[in-house]
This record gives sequence, structure tokens and C-alpha cells, in this order.
Amino acid sequence: MFYREAGQFKTDYKSDSAVFPILQDRVGIAFMIFLALVVVPLYGWSSSSGEFFLNGIMIPFMIFALVTIGLNILMGYAGQLSLGTGAFTGVGAYACYKLITHFPELNLIVAVLMSGFFAAAVGIIFGLPSLRIKGLYLAVTTLAAQFFLEWLFIRWEWLYNYDPSGALIVPDITAFGIIIAGPSANAVVKYLVVTLIVIFMTWIASNVIRGRIGRSWMMIRDMDIAAELMGVRPLAAKLSAFAMSSFYCGVGGAMMVFFWLGAAEVESFDINHSFLFLFMVIIGGMGSLIGSFMGAAFIWVLPIIIKFLPATIGIEIYPSTVEHINLMIIGGLIVFFLAVEPNGLARLWQLAKEKLRVWPFPYA
Amino acid sequence: MELLHSIFIGPFADMFSDLSFLIQVLWEGFVQGTLYALIALGFVLIFKASGVFNFAQGIMVVFAVLALVGLYEAGVPAWLALILTIGIMGLLAIGIERVVLRPLVNQHDAILLMATIGLARFLSGAGQFIFGGENKAMITEELGLPTGSSEAEIFGGVVFFEHLDIAAVIIAGLLVAALAVFFSKTRIGRALRAVADDHQAALSVGISLNQIWAIVWFAAGIVALVTGIMWGARSDVSFALEIIALKALAVLIIGGFTSIPGAIIAGIIVGLVEKLFEIYWGSLLGGGVEAWFAYIVALIFLLFRPQGLFGEKIIERV
Amino acid sequence: MSAEQEILLDVKDISLSFGGVKAITDVSFNVRKGEVRAIIGPNGAGKTSMLNCINGFYHPQVGTISYKGEVRKAMRPYVAASQGIARTFQNVALFRGMTTLDNIMSGRTLRMKRGFFWQMFRHGPALAEEIEHRKRVEEIIDFLEIQAIRKTPVGRLPYGLQKRVELARALAMEPELLLLDEPMAGMNQEEKEDMSRFILDVNSEFGTTVTLIEHDMGVVMDLSDRVVVLDYGKKIADGTPEEVQNEQTVIDAYLGVPH
Repeated sequence: MFYREAGQFKTDYKSDSAVFPILQDRVGIAFMIFLALVVVPLYGWSSSSGEFFLNGIMIPFMIFALVTIGLNILMGYAGQLSLGTGAFTGVGAYACYKLITHFPELNLIVAVLMSGFFAAAVGIIFGLPSLRIKGLYLAVTTLAAQFFLEWLFIRWEWLYNYDPSGALIVPDITAFGIIIAGPSANAVVKYLVVTLIVIFMTWIASNVIRGRIGRSWMMIRDMDIAAELMGVRPLAAKLSAFAMSSFYCGVGGAMMVFFWLGAAEVESFDINHSFLFLFMVIIGGMGSLIGSFMGAAFIWVLPIIIKFLPATIGIEIYPSTVEHINLMIIGGLIVFFLAVEPNGLARLWQLAKEKLRVWPFPYA
Repeated sequence: MELLHSIFIGPFADMFSDLSFLIQVLWEGFVQGTLYALIALGFVLIFKASGVFNFAQGIMVVFAVLALVGLYEAGVPAWLALILTIGIMGLLAIGIERVVLRPLVNQHDAILLMATIGLARFLSGAGQFIFGGENKAMITEELGLPTGSSEAEIFGGVVFFEHLDIAAVIIAGLLVAALAVFFSKTRIGRALRAVADDHQAALSVGISLNQIWAIVWFAAGIVALVTGIMWGARSDVSFALEIIALKALAVLIIGGFTSIPGAIIAGIIVGLVEKLFEIYWGSLLGGGVEAWFAYIVALIFLLFRPQGLFGEKIIERV
Repeated sequence: MSAEQEILLDVKDISLSFGGVKAITDVSFNVRKGEVRAIIGPNGAGKTSMLNCINGFYHPQVGTISYKGEVRKAMRPYVAASQGIARTFQNVALFRGMTTLDNIMSGRTLRMKRGFFWQMFRHGPALAEEIEHRKRVEEIIDFLEIQAIRKTPVGRLPYGLQKRVELARALAMEPELLLLDEPMAGMNQEEKEDMSRFILDVNSEFGTTVTLIEHDMGVVMDLSDRVVVLDYGKKIADGTPEEVQNEQTVIDAYLGVPH
């Protein structure tokens, strides 16, 4: 009815290859950006629970979405399985911490983006074996990365400036004349910084994916032999995917520490986080940017709802029990999604849109 | 120069200056390796029969012992708890076949792998939900396992052999022998090997895939239970084992994904090498290298011999 | 087709074996510029292995392959692609997760030059390049009459169309030498006729040299200028369709003789 592409003619290839060729989609995305950049901060500013809403839900959601996009680039677009996402976010976090503590006058946003390059370099190193091995075998390589880096984060005390607690502790950091990170930073400011970075990097990712480089990743993913016979260099394609993916993970990790946690130890980058991001990709949908946001929202917000739901309907339940039920629900959902809709929420969304296009006369 | 010495000469000098200590280290590594081998064995059984890399094998180990100890704590006698736990593993196998494997038939192996990661999550939650998440002590004596240790004089020093470790190695050996007989001499064993070779051909001669899968997962469940008992008796029954069990992945790379002897030999190799490296070289790196050393060894194998020690060479076709 | 024509590809005495299995034994043949060359033979004769050698996926242990007069060394397949060799596959090897348009655009990969920086912003040179190649791809889409399925994921297409998209993808590379591995396998008569027409058009309009493997003798005899026949990895005949057809060894290979 209201979601129709009839009458929207494309007269050049530029508009035909736009991300959102349909007007309604463009309006929709503009609305989402408006929500994210105006409505959410206003609510966070004015409401009494706004602080928790931003710090506890929206900021981690945005950061997780970015890391999920990173993993999705590697897994969903380039088809390389990774179980080391947690450690790659850690590389970004520790790199950013070192940059900020060594060069205090460096702008934090610049430092966050720079730390992505460190993660990318580490990603390339651990991506090298992907040239000879695939699938499960590659999973072992990334596990090696995960456990080796976790170990390094503990043993290499220089990384956390020999702090006896072993933690990264974020001081108050000022940029552009306001405090944007640290204990006394305002949640709205932190949220806006994170959201702007995430929106910008999502836009970049969508550009790269639709171009030559993104296509070469998908060629490798779908049929690596044919891709090579058509002139794709597996080395360049796979390593560029590893680099870009790790870059996103690294930026996400740096933001996790500086804009969300405030203080972080190695546990924030452990293998359970690798699994968490993996689940976000699966549930959201492999090979979909919108799905990355959906998956992050689902996996992050669902446990929060489960945590507060029993209290609101008046049932007393131990926090640890909630944790266990959570594990069971998420685990069950993973199996369910893989069996019923391996392409995740993004695919469901797409199906809904296709249905909507012909609604209410599906046979007309 | 000093660094080179401490890498290439020092550790070996240490080894040969105290041979009885070396024997002790090797023995510990060997026992550890036996346990890795058992976990890897569970993986190989399932991988051979259904092509699934079962990420949940580690949590199955934890789940099995949790059930055992949980039942005992609830007042069930130890021997009955053991039998009931075997029953639970059987039900679990049937359940997994129904709910996870059947709907995912013919999916890409990466999808199946991720499904087992989901399964691992579920079992982890369920295990803690039912039996509680805190560490538990293993009911070693109640199960009639030996405790205490013997010492032996070797090369002028004293080497300790825990009776439990000896029992673990013997039981592991018996388990492997029993499985070998089962798979080579029985009708179900033959069917299983047929399924491992070619699913469709096996189906066409009337073998029920579903039945075979349930049986194999059950066998893996029993292997998990035995592994868990041994492991729990040596340390504690805890969820930390779930992560340690991932080392079986490294073991499988070295041994080859489909080879049972490969899994056993590679498991022992990993146990030995890891222990030696930790004791003699670990201090150079600040210790704790056990957490990742096995994976690095596996990586080196991947680069030079991707099919593992006993796997078949992979030839790519167009 | 005159015999003085330039030789594009020259295969000399190549042998290929996997472990103890000999796939190809001492085979020599050449492909002249602008001709349609068929490779035929019973199943397991080494035809696909031959194509794999030509585009660098396998490396023969013995013998040389020269392309455009230069002897080739062992190399990766993407080098062959950059020298202008494209191919289609026996079992459709499309990129199943992508649309028809993206599949064909993937054939332009080697001709797209803009680096990562411009790709990131998809404005200016990157966008201009993308659109320029899109124009070329649309010409191929028109040529093969697949406009209607432009935006359909290839996994949803029927087999015959998939084969056609695969041809389109190979054409998008603007190859000098096009290798077709059983382009008509599993097609009905009508689809075969369409495909034959496309192959002939490609050959005559673009001047592309075609080397094809095919089992349908009628098609082979109609399309090809010269035919080479393989059996058990050995060359048993080489010549025009008429010559080959009457060769006793060929008849024996297809019908079988008591050894």
C-alpha cells in the first residue's frame, strides 16, 4: 500500500545502484538516523533513567554493532570464519590506551581511529594462514590468535603501563573543549561521539562492499576457485578482508574501553566475547549491514529484558539464574535460526518488505 | 648471545641435569595428553559419522560430570548415579539428533559448527541451571577410583606416580580398545563406517542415518563422561574445562580430523610438548604459555602438513 | 579459416599426473586466433584437466604451453585471467550469493583500477569507474538477452539461464581466449540452439577465440572449425570435423573395440 516502488523510474546507472533505490527506504533510513542523533540523545538528556538508557543500552549497542559489522565483513562477505574477534577488539583497546597515555595531547577520536590500524596489522598477521587453509582449519588459527593475544594482554605489562590491577583505566579526556571520555564525561556526549563514528564507518563499509573490493570478497566467499580464475588474487582479497574487519573490531574495542566501560581488563576481550559477536552476526544475518545492527540489538537487549522482566511482573529470581536462562535462550535461538533462517533477522526483514510490496493484493 | 643460550642450550642442560624431574614432567604431560586425546576422540567420532565439528564436546564433558556429581549430591548412590548419567547422555544424544542435526542436514559445515556453538551455550546454561554453577569436588572415592601415589627411584631421584593418573591412563586405554572393537566387529560399527564414507550411499543400502547419529553422539557422550570423571578427579568439576577442551581442536589438526589413532597420538604429543615447553621455556616468556602453545603447534602443522599426521591428502578439483 | 593464421595458444607434449594417475599423456595441439576449437572425447579422457592446465589451475609436469608466442611458466590462475583467458565451468560455478548483475560485474574486476581510498567514499573516480563498467556489462546483458533477471540472485535461476549468466560473466572479462567447459550440458534442444547462436555470435562479432568441450556431436560438428579428440589422456585425432568424424580411432574410442 504505502511501500511501493511502482512509478520510481531510474534513468541512470548511478541512481539504479544507490544503496536505497526505493524512496520509502531512504525516508526510513533518514528517520532512523534522526532517531539515533536527535531523539535518543534528547531522551537521554531529559529523562531520569536517561543516563542508564544511554550508558547501559545505547552506547554498547552502537559499539557492538560496529564490531559485528567488522566480523560480518570477514565472515559474511569474505566467508572466513573467525573465533578471534574478542582479541582483535582487545588489540584496538590496548593500542588506543597506549596512544592516549603516551601522547596525551592527541585527540581521542584520532587515537581511536588510529588504533584500528594496529588491530588491522595484527589481523593481517593472523589472516596469513587463510591463504592455505579454510573453514574449520582457519577457526583454529583464529583461536590461536585469541588465546595468544589474551595471554599477551596479561603478561606484557607495558601494555597497561604496569598498573598493578592489570586494568586499563580511562582518565577524563578533553577534546574540542569538552570532556568526551572518562568518569565525569556526560553520557549524551559519549553517545553522540560513538554514534557519529559508527554511522560514518557503516557508510564507508557499505561503499566498500558494493565496489570492486567488496565484490572480490564475495567472489572468494561464494566460489574461490572461480574467483581466482577470473583474476581475483586470493592473497589480496583475503588479507584486505582481514585488515578491514580487524580495523572495525579494533575501533570498536577502543570505543568499548573509552566510551563505555571506563575501565577494562582482559576479560572484556576474552573468547566469550568472540562468541558473542559471532552470535550477533548469525542472528542478525551473515552478509548484511542492517542485520549487524539487528543482531547486536537482539543479543544485547534481549538479556536486559530477561533480566528486568521477572521483576516487573513480580517474580523473584536470582541474578545467576537469569544468566543461565539467558545462555539457554540464546543458545536455543542460535540453533533455531541456523535451522530455520540461516540468513538471520536481515532476511526476515527483507521477506517482510517483499510481502509488504504486494500487500494487500499478493496475487494482483 | 645470552638469549640464544637460554633458548637453545639452557633448557636442555636443565633437562639432563635432573633426569628424574624430566621423567616426572614427561609423565604429567603424558597423563594430560591422554585426557586431550579422550576429548579429541569424542570430536573424531562425531566428525567421522556426521561431518559435524562438535564444538559442544567440551561442555558435554562438563555436563556429564555435573550430572553425575549433582545426582550424587541429591542422595543417589554413586553407582546408580553413574548409570543414570549414562542414561542422561543417551537422552541428550537422541535430543541433539532430533533438534539440532536433523533440521540441519546438508548444511554447510561452518553452519553446523556454529550450531554446535549454540548448542554449547545451551548446555552450559542448562547445566548451571539444573546443577548449579559453582565448582564441585569429584566423587573419586565413591566411584571406587584409587587415590594416593607411589614413588619410584629413577636416575637417582624420586618420581611420583599418582594412582589416579595410572588408573586414568588404563581406563582411557580400555575405552579406546572397546570402541575399536565396537566399530570394527559389530553391525552398527560397520554401518557407522559406511556412513562416514558416504552418507547417501549408506542411506541407499538401508542404513538409518538418524539412528547412527544418535548412537555416535551417545558414544561421544560416554567418552565425555569418562573424560570428565578423570579430569574432575585430577582438579575440580568446573566450567573452565569448556575452554580447555577447545585444545582438542589443535589436537585434531595435528592428528587429522578423521583418524582415531591420530587423535590419540596427537593428544599425547600435545600434552607432552606443552608441558615440556611450559616447564623449561615458559619462564622466558613469563609463564602461562600452556594456554596457547598447543594452538601455535597446530598452526605450524597447518602451514606444512594441513592434512595432519594421519589424514588423507586433500586434492582440489574444479 | 586459413592455415596461415596466427597461433594463439600452442600446447606442446604436455603430461599431467596426480600421484600415479596419468590424466594427460604427451598431448600437443594448437588454437589459432579467431577459430572455434573443440576438444572432445569420452568421459575421463582428460578434457577438463586440459582446460585446467591452459588456465593455470594445474601445472603439467612435462611439456610447455605457449600463449601469444610466449612460453608460459608455472603460474597462478589469476595471471592467466589477466592475460585474457576466461572460462566457464562444467558444473555451474556462479557466485551464488550475488545477483546476476553483480556476477557479471565481477568479470570486470581486473579492469577496475580505483584503489581502496576512492572505494571507501564511492564518489568521484570510483563511482565514475563503476558506472562506466556497468555500461559495458549492460551491453553484454542485452547481447545475451537476460535483462529481466538482472537483479535476481543467481541461485534462484533455472539451470539454462545460469549457464547463460556464466557465459555473460566470462564475456565481461573481454577475453581473447574463451574456454567453455560443456556449455550445453543438461540443456534441452531449444536452449542448446540459443547457446550455439551466442557462441557463434561471440566468435564472429567480438573475434573471440573459443575453445570448447562438448559431448553433443551435432553441436560440435556445426560450431567448430577444428576438433581435437582425446581418449585416456592421449590425443587420438586432430583435424576438421569431417576428418575427425571418419577417423577409425575416433569411432573405436566412442563405440569401443575389443582390445
